[in-house]
This record gives sequence, C-alpha cells and structure tokens, in this order.
Amino acid sequence: MATRRSPARRGIAVALILLAFAALAGSVLAYRPGIAPIDRPDPGAFDPAVVARGANLARLGNCVSCHQASGGLPYAGGYPIRTPFGTVYGSNITPDAGTGIGRWSRAAFSRALREGVGRDGSHLYPAFPYTHYANLSDGDVDALYAFVMTRPAVPQRPPANDMIPPLGFRPLLAGWKLLFFNPHPISVDRTQSAAWNRGRYIGETLAHCTACHSPRGLLQQEKRGDRSYAGGWSDGWYAPPINRQSPAVRAWTADRLYTYFRTGLSRSHAAAAGPMGPVTFNLARADVGDVKALATYYVWWIRDAPAAHGSPRLPDRAALAEQTHPGGAMLYRGACAACHEPGAAMVVAGRPVLPLGTPLHEDNPRDTIQVILKGVRPPVSAAGPYMPGYADALNDEQIAAIVAYLQVRHGTGPAWTDIVGDVAKARSTGQ
Amino acid sequence: MIELNVNVAKVNVAVDPATPLLYVLRDDLGLHAAKFGCGLGQCGACTVLLDDTPVFSCLVPVGALGGRAVTTVEGLGSATDPGDVQQAFLHEQAAQCGYCIPGMIARAEALLRKTTTPTEAAMRAAMAPSLCRCGTHMRILRAVRRAASMRGGGVIDAAEPVT
Repeated sequence: MATRRSPARRGIAVALILLAFAALAGSVLAYRPGIAPIDRPDPGAFDPAVVARGANLARLGNCVSCHQASGGLPYAGGYPIRTPFGTVYGSNITPDAGTGIGRWSRAAFSRALREGVGRDGSHLYPAFPYTHYANLSDGDVDALYAFVMTRPAVPQRPPANDMIPPLGFRPLLAGWKLLFFNPHPISVDRTQSAAWNRGRYIGETLAHCTACHSPRGLLQQEKRGDRSYAGGWSDGWYAPPINRQSPAVRAWTADRLYTYFRTGLSRSHAAAAGPMGPVTFNLARADVGDVKALATYYVWWIRDAPAAHGSPRLPDRAALAEQTHPGGAMLYRGACAACHEPGAAMVVAGRPVLPLGTPLHEDNPRDTIQVILKGVRPPVSAAGPYMPGYADALNDEQIAAIVAYLQVRHGTGPAWTDIVGDVAKARSTGQ
Repeated sequence: MIELNVNVAKVNVAVDPATPLLYVLRDDLGLHAAKFGCGLGQCGACTVLLDDTPVFSCLVPVGALGGRAVTTVEGLGSATDPGDVQQAFLHEQAAQCGYCIPGMIARAEALLRKTTTPTEAAMRAAMAPSLCRCGTHMRILRAVRRAASMRGGGVIDAAEPVT
C-alpha cells in the first residue's frame, strides 16, 4: 500500500501535528461546562406557528440528510458522514430523553448549533456545520428548538463515531475551532435586494451550501474567499463550482434555479442527482419565498460564469468519439442511446440532452461515473427523472469506456485521465 | 460471432455487439420468457440474471456480457417441470396477465440466491424495480415468501404467514 501512503497520508500527518499544536494552545479555552439537563418539554407547550416556522427552517437546512439513516426514521440519526479522518454518524435529534436531545434546554440547543458544544460540554465535530449555524438568529434557533422538540421521540442510539486516533479525543477539536471557527456576523447589504439578503442569510447559515460546494483544506476546513463555492465533495459525488468557475453550459437564471430547487430538474441543465437529490426534496417542501430568495442569491454567485455570458453550441463529436472509443460507442448504443440519443423518446418528452448536464463539463469524471453506477432516483416525488444504475450490468472498464466516449463526444472541459481507476474507487468505497 | 452462456449452454450469435441482450434472447434464441415492456430500464419485464444478479436485459448490450452466465426463466424450470420459485408463483396464482411475471421470478430467484431469510423490507426492496400493471403485487409477495420457505428459509417478520 506504499503508493497510497504518499502525499495524502503525509498531508494528514502534517495536519494532525498542526492540530495538536493548536489544541495545546487552545486547551485553556477548550473547557466548556455542561448545561444542566431538563425534563423533556411538553410538546403541547410550543406555539404551533413557531413549530411550523421551525419545520420550514429544518427543510431549508436539509437536517434529515445527516440526521436520518437510510431506511431509518427522520431525525433519529445514524447517517454515516465519511471524512478523511474517520466516520462521524449523524446524531439522534429527536426528543428521546435517553438517546436523543430530550433533556436539552433551549440554551444547550442554542450552544450546540451556534458554538458546536454538546450539552455535556464536549466539542462537536465540524461535520455538524455549526460554523454556519453560528449566525442563526435567536428567533430561528427558537423555532428549530420548537420543531425538534415536537417530533416523535425515537429511542435509537446511532453507531459510535469511528475516528482515526487521536481524533476520538474531543478536546482536540478546540484546536480546530481556534484555527478555523471565527464567525463573522452576516450584515445586511443595502446595495442588494431584500430577497438577495434573505437568500444570503439562508444559504450561508441553515442551507450551508458551501459545505459541499466549496473545497476543503487539510483539516477539512472550508476554503473561503475566492475559493468559496469553487467546487467540493459530498459522499463521493463532486459538487461543482457554483461561482464564476461554474462549468455549466447554459446560464442559470433565478427562474431556472428556482425550478431546479423545487422540482429536482432543470430542462436546460439536468436532474438533481446524488446528495443534491434530497436537497431538492426538502426545498420543494419549503417556503416559496425563501426558495426564491436562495435562487436570487446563488444566481448572483454564478453571475460571472462563462454560461452567463452566452450559450455555446453544444458539441456533438459523434464520429470522432466513435473512432477514438469504439468500445465505448458500442456500449453507449446498447445501454444508453434508447433514452439519451437525440430523438429518443425521453428527449422528445422533454428530458435534457446529455451535453446540457454539467457533469460532462466538469474537471473530473466522478459525477458522470456515479450517475452511471447508481442511476437517478426521482428526487422530489414518485414521478420525476429516473435512470437505472448500471453497477450490476457493466464492469469498471465498460463504464470507463462509456465515460471516455461521452467526454470526447460532448465534453468541454480538460481531458479526464485514469477513468477506470476512478470507477473502481467510486464502486469500492462509494467515495 | 459472439459467444454467450445462456441457461448453462454455450451459444453463438451473429449480431451487432450493441444489440440489447433481450433482443438476442427473444429474436435469435427463441427464449420468450423475458418481455419487452418499456425498453428504458423502468418496468422490469425484461429482467434476467447475469451470474446471480438481476439486470434489465433491454439495456445490456450483448457485447458487454463477457463470460457472464445469463439465466432466464426457461433456465429455472419448464411448464412440465417447474422450478421452486415457479411452483410458488403457481401456488399463489400470482399472475394475472403474466407479462411482468418472468421478470418477477428472475428477481425473486436473485434475492433467494443471496439469502433465503430476507426481511420483509429487504424482499420488497429487491422486488420493487419490477412493476405489475394488473396489481397482483400482494400475490407476488406471497409467492416470494413461499419460495423462501420452500428453500428452507423464510421471510423474517413476514407481513403474512405462508399457509
């Protein structure tokens, strides 16, 4: 395994040393007292209007994506978040007294959200995006508290986190916070519309879009500044840049983005796949004005992307691709063309053609690979974009051959290399 | 010529390697169990086994098979000598129009090769990619539970007992 050790492992080692120093420096600040447990609040005591407001906020925040295991109950936790430092499991945030947060006071809940400290005083892993929630308003914290405390209590203990040593030792996280947790309040930008400002508040706090769409540093801190929204990773899928580096080949307008958020499909781009699917499921059920605000804000982020200034002709180098990748061309004809070829029934019915999708224009093949391996489930409701996965039908070389063929035929980005290796990685680890 | 391994027999077919397996089974090999439903990998009527895994044969080019073994319902039994899963489907009278049933049987066979003691939820998840437009799903599920019992297992937490 010597080949796998080199740069990444060395980087992690350096990062751990950095973290240890920071932890030492931060150890004075590391101690946080516990907050006394309370009896579970009476669900009937919460104002239904506040609970409803919290329900909307929870949808905007996509809380269930991490706080619900596959096949599990909402908010009962158990979803594995895989990081280079180990696996963190989403906690149970139902009001169960023993395994959930039923004994958390409003103050304890607020401290967890905004400071990343559990009720017992332990530091929380930044997989829980308190770096974003730090700027939540008091009223929104109240509403979220009312919402979670009125959910059905589910007694269920998520699996124990599986972190590489010594990161199971939580006081180290104080060092991480010293290095990377310095929240700046979100001020109102008077030069922008109310919708833009609302969108920024939601997007930068609850919706925590940068958690997937921004690159991360060695210690998994989100890169900010001009790297904000420059593309990141989520569960083995690539979350493409949504800033000026967006590789999309058609402009994202506020209307198109709103439709994508609400339906999981943009007719001028593609369907929401991978981890973006559940995001659209929740946004489809969130407040219309809030989702429009999000669209307003993110269209601003993407305003200087190439597609914003004109729609290039979509390349279709079918003959060249057939010549360079005859095996991929053959597999495409038998496995893909029935739906994706121009003129196929799905295309005639209004599904976007392949080159409209962003994956073929990204700087890496991962999303194209993941879509072929896993397919697309209708993201928002039973009727919606669907594609079967090919993980069982095609082997790594065959999937790579199709991917290579498609990039030559339709792609506009840098040529992909070691596609077979990337298919194998996506298949074996899901990452 | 492309060599295929279908129902434990080697066969050679002279077709474009991009031809979907389903067309070769039906048109070249005369195996009519697997059906053409949607041709889009959405309905499951064309499901066959590749080695032990269910696939939509309408979307698998024969050129992609390599040496993998294809099993259709014809390979699981015959009208005069039905296999255990077929017997279970007969016993429960799971077919109405019958169009989806070969795909259902292939899917059930794949599940039971993996485990004869699936949970009810796992069984439903395994069968879900195949659609039945007549609505005999409840009988189909009964048939799968019965087939699991016939293989010495049974569906854990079954929604209905096998009687």
